[in-house]
Amino acid sequence: MSSRTTPSQTVGPFYSIGFSWLERTDLTGGAGTGAHLTVRGRVLDGDGQPVPDAVLEIWQADAQGRYAHPEDARELIGNPFFGFGRVPVNDAGEFCFKTVKPGSVTRADGVKQAPHLEISLFMRGLLRRLVTRIYFPAEPENGSDIVLARVPIARRHTLIARPDAKSGNTLLWDVHLQGDKETVFFDY
Amino acid sequence: MQPLRGYRKALPGTQPEYLHPPYRSSARRAPTQPPISLPDTLSEITGPIFPKDIVGAKACDLTRQGRTEPLGERIIVTGKVMDEDGRPVRESLVEIWQANAAGRYLHKWDQHDAPLDPNFIGVGQAFTDEEGRYRFMTIRPGAYPWKNHANAWRPQHIHFSLFGPAFATRLVTQMYFPGDPLLEFDPIFNSVSDEAARNSLISRFDWDPTTPEIALGFRFDIILRGRNATPMESK
Repeated sequence: MSSRTTPSQTVGPFYSIGFSWLERTDLTGGAGTGAHLTVRGRVLDGDGQPVPDAVLEIWQADAQGRYAHPEDARELIGNPFFGFGRVPVNDAGEFCFKTVKPGSVTRADGVKQAPHLEISLFMRGLLRRLVTRIYFPAEPENGSDIVLARVPIARRHTLIARPDAKSGNTLLWDVHLQGDKETVFFDY
Repeated sequence: MQPLRGYRKALPGTQPEYLHPPYRSSARRAPTQPPISLPDTLSEITGPIFPKDIVGAKACDLTRQGRTEPLGERIIVTGKVMDEDGRPVRESLVEIWQANAAGRYLHKWDQHDAPLDPNFIGVGQAFTDEEGRYRFMTIRPGAYPWKNHANAWRPQHIHFSLFGPAFATRLVTQMYFPGDPLLEFDPIFNSVSDEAARNSLISRFDWDPTTPEIALGFRFDIILRGRNATPMESK
């Protein structure tokens, strides 16, 4: 007989004492090839107020679309890219991290996913994490991505970062927990 | 080529809903739209596997992080991390954090009028062993007041954060203590509607780790998601 997964509980308001030792806002170390970029944004609650006590965790593939994990059977070619980030927001609800643009991820059966970052979001008030994704603007493969295809067209923009007019290698992506612009979250 | 083997979804009631009105801060932070179901992809069945050397040897002993021993009741917290099919989760990172014996966190926003202990930081890390076991030495945390409702008090608890083998298995939870009279009034503990699942958050006193002249032992086993039995074809 199988047992049940332990229930999730909130990280609470003071999670940063437990999380800060593993903060990682620059994921580019060891990345080798690939375009470096900065992702900036804010986390906003249902009143449009910034959330000052949230933390994002990032998981992503390298520039060739490979994950540093044994279940990605493809060989990592001399590339120690790790792909994990832990990014707290500041008191104004703003976050910022540097990373390498991931390649498209090809499944063993040949199905391709457009380049994306997996995001876990934790904060006081969330009894379990929220899961979402960041996709890249003007990416031809977004049109055939198997996950974006499940998202109503009117809400897809919440998952796609916007270019920053002020800086060529910066992308903007905000999290709206509620409201007209509510970010798409996933159940997995 | 092998199809992907995904992870099983939670049974109804065994995980909290995002919106749980008795927990006041969920009201403006819980999404209002239903989440969209993800297909099985490589992005969720992979995840960070941390090298063991990121954690120092003393990180699992929260009573040895100051100049001298912290105040409070020394306890040993230990257990096994397994998946839903009872397989041990090996060599996997476990993080904990908690209030001190007086119910105060070492955090700039904690305004509870209780003393900080200069010898207690309240943060630890460990890796599970080959059988999925972890072990911490710490101080029993105090209960503390919070502003959720009139005369609200959190039961004694230790925060746990686990990664497991994949993005899909990431879990942050809280461990409670047996017989705590505050549990029945706590909206966070009671956000889990399934009684058996809820009670699995309560550790149990255990003679086995209890060490003569040193500390009482509490056992807290943690179950991470299991995998689908047969590879699922998904689009």
